[in-house]
Amino acid sequence: MKDQRDRFFHSVTIALNDIQLQTALDRGTTRGVNARIAAMGETTDAAALRHQARLARERALNRLPDLLEQLERNVIANGGHVLWARDAAELNAIVLDLCRKHDVRRVTKGKSMVTEESGLNHALEAQGIEINESDLGEYIIQLAGETPSHIVFPMLHKTKEATAQLLHEKLGMPMTDRPEEMTRFVRRVMRQKYLEADMGISGVNFAIAETGTIATVENEGNNRLSTSAPRVYVAVMGIEKVIATWEDYAVLVQLLARSATGQRLSVYNNLISGPRRPDEPDGPEVFYLVIMDNGRSGILGTAYAESLACIRCGACLNACPVYQNIGGHAYGWVYPGPIGSIVSPLLLGPTNAPRLPYASSLCGACQAACPVEINIPDMLLMLRRDLVQAGDPTLGWRVGMRVWRQAMLSPTLYRAGGWLAALVTQMLAGGDGKIESLPPPLNAWTESRDFPPFARESFRERLKRRRRERHESHPA
Amino acid sequence: MTKVALFVTCIVDMLFPDVGEAALDILEGQGISVEFPEAQTCCGQPAFNAGFQADARPVAEHFLDVFGGYDAIVTPSGSCASMVRHYYPELFKGHARQAEAEAVAARTWELTQYLVDVLGVSRLGTSLRKPTRAAIHDACHGYRALGIGRQPRLLLSHVGNLSLVELPGHDQCCGFGGLFAIKMGQISAAMLNDKLANIQATDCDIIITGDASCAMHMNGGLSRSRSTKRVVHVAEVLAGRLT
Repeated sequence: MKDQRDRFFHSVTIALNDIQLQTALDRGTTRGVNARIAAMGETTDAAALRHQARLARERALNRLPDLLEQLERNVIANGGHVLWARDAAELNAIVLDLCRKHDVRRVTKGKSMVTEESGLNHALEAQGIEINESDLGEYIIQLAGETPSHIVFPMLHKTKEATAQLLHEKLGMPMTDRPEEMTRFVRRVMRQKYLEADMGISGVNFAIAETGTIATVENEGNNRLSTSAPRVYVAVMGIEKVIATWEDYAVLVQLLARSATGQRLSVYNNLISGPRRPDEPDGPEVFYLVIMDNGRSGILGTAYAESLACIRCGACLNACPVYQNIGGHAYGWVYPGPIGSIVSPLLLGPTNAPRLPYASSLCGACQAACPVEINIPDMLLMLRRDLVQAGDPTLGWRVGMRVWRQAMLSPTLYRAGGWLAALVTQMLAGGDGKIESLPPPLNAWTESRDFPPFARESFRERLKRRRRERHESHPA
Repeated sequence: MTKVALFVTCIVDMLFPDVGEAALDILEGQGISVEFPEAQTCCGQPAFNAGFQADARPVAEHFLDVFGGYDAIVTPSGSCASMVRHYYPELFKGHARQAEAEAVAARTWELTQYLVDVLGVSRLGTSLRKPTRAAIHDACHGYRALGIGRQPRLLLSHVGNLSLVELPGHDQCCGFGGLFAIKMGQISAAMLNDKLANIQATDCDIIITGDASCAMHMNGGLSRSRSTKRVVHVAEVLAGRLT
């Protein structure tokens, strides 16, 4: 546990001192926040829309087992296959089996956080299967040998300058600082990959139970190509992605676009209901839907269930002043930002991500940005409570809290404590009335900020004097 | 007659008595006879936010003991008011004193919220000694948990010698977050730097906010960077007590 703690703080130190990262974060999150605010501002009643979306997600989560079974029935009726993965390892094993079964050598993949969760790329590569990311950002991350740092903008941690350098070094692209030129260059490389691929894999934004339809949302067309050009298509989703109806889809899909990228709708809204039919000119020969649990069913029915309502728009990341400063990688796992600070401890076990629930000032910007009204601050508080109950805090913190509690329960002790604090801090304060250095752990404050001394005369003492003086000047 | 208590908060009591006095002046200026229950200490938020609910609850019970008999509990802090209003019902869920906690929560008000929303006041009739340009920092808990934003602006718009300018990122956290500033000192400091950059870029003499703790945090950064600007509590401005 000590290691986990140190690892988080170590990552934070690196992130805060990485000038390239700070530039990228500043540009990326500012753009994300402004785009969302503008797009949500266009709606006639943003609050009502968000509430509708929340209800749509609740309807799904409240009937999750039923909806998943309905989804399965309808996917099969549409000519597809449904496979269930209990955990990440099972998901990878299932996809590997499918690769073997269909003699797959090359895979092209659209964006999928679930496959990040399972480490699918490594699992396939280890078996000699070539897998290429087709989302521009994911592709660049793959080239760089990195992991996504944002749910929607995987390469948010990279400036366009650093990206140009990477493409120049790895693929021989002529140097440019124009994103359009970089995109055009990568597009040529990527087109070939689609045509060569035997299998396409994509994530799922929503799975509509009533018709067994897979909905994906994208802006590059890569997902559409990945899921229709290769002969085998595998869609991968977490169990929480199912929704009940098309009406719910209509609400959620526009909120996803507005919240994630500030668009009214994404450029491509793909709806896939099964493999190619005899009368259709294109599409995959076979279609598999793999549905992964990986700990989610254990969250359902608990106080943390609303975290499963998340539609992975990334709005809370952009809005979070902590994420804005440390970026995604410091969070240490697939899901960064405020929602990651909830999801990671829940899926990995609280003691495997013990710092994340504390990596928040509880400012509430995440909740205000969330299109499905997830109360992230309250869940962070609950996770902190769980950590305390699990005995996570050090003895120093536990003793400190007990002392504080005793002092706050006794007005006499409280006053004595205040008097003592005033005595000590007035001594520590310089002539200008500020404290520039305090002993640990309070040095975490004074390393970058001054601290004021406690008042020589507290409010209550001053009030007593004030009332006494008044009384003396106006005797009854 | 309405029995009104001032919950001054532990930080104002011990570190910023001027803020408490200003709040008292404002309320008394409205003809309210305000009581200051001597036994008051803290609302329990530091322990609650750190996850130490077992330590927070007895302190919150003490709060119920002290303030249970009042019709209105007014506090110059959006953060402490939101602790009582928003989290006491949660903290006492299934507890013997749940109903009492819910009742006290519903009677606890942040100062400007009480003045505007409960008393219907908009003009306090105060004035600053010299012409002052000010920007408002909306402290997080008051702003997001209690919806406080309109109230201080309304009251401040009638304070003499005061002109308001916009602070970029006015609703962006300053990085205080209570124990967060200690436990996550580096991140907290980085957030403060973002805030200070916005303050420095604003043509103003002072920054006004509704929480003494956030003011303390921002002032700690301003004085470290030798800035001449300072952050003051909204009560000090509304009472015309700025020096």
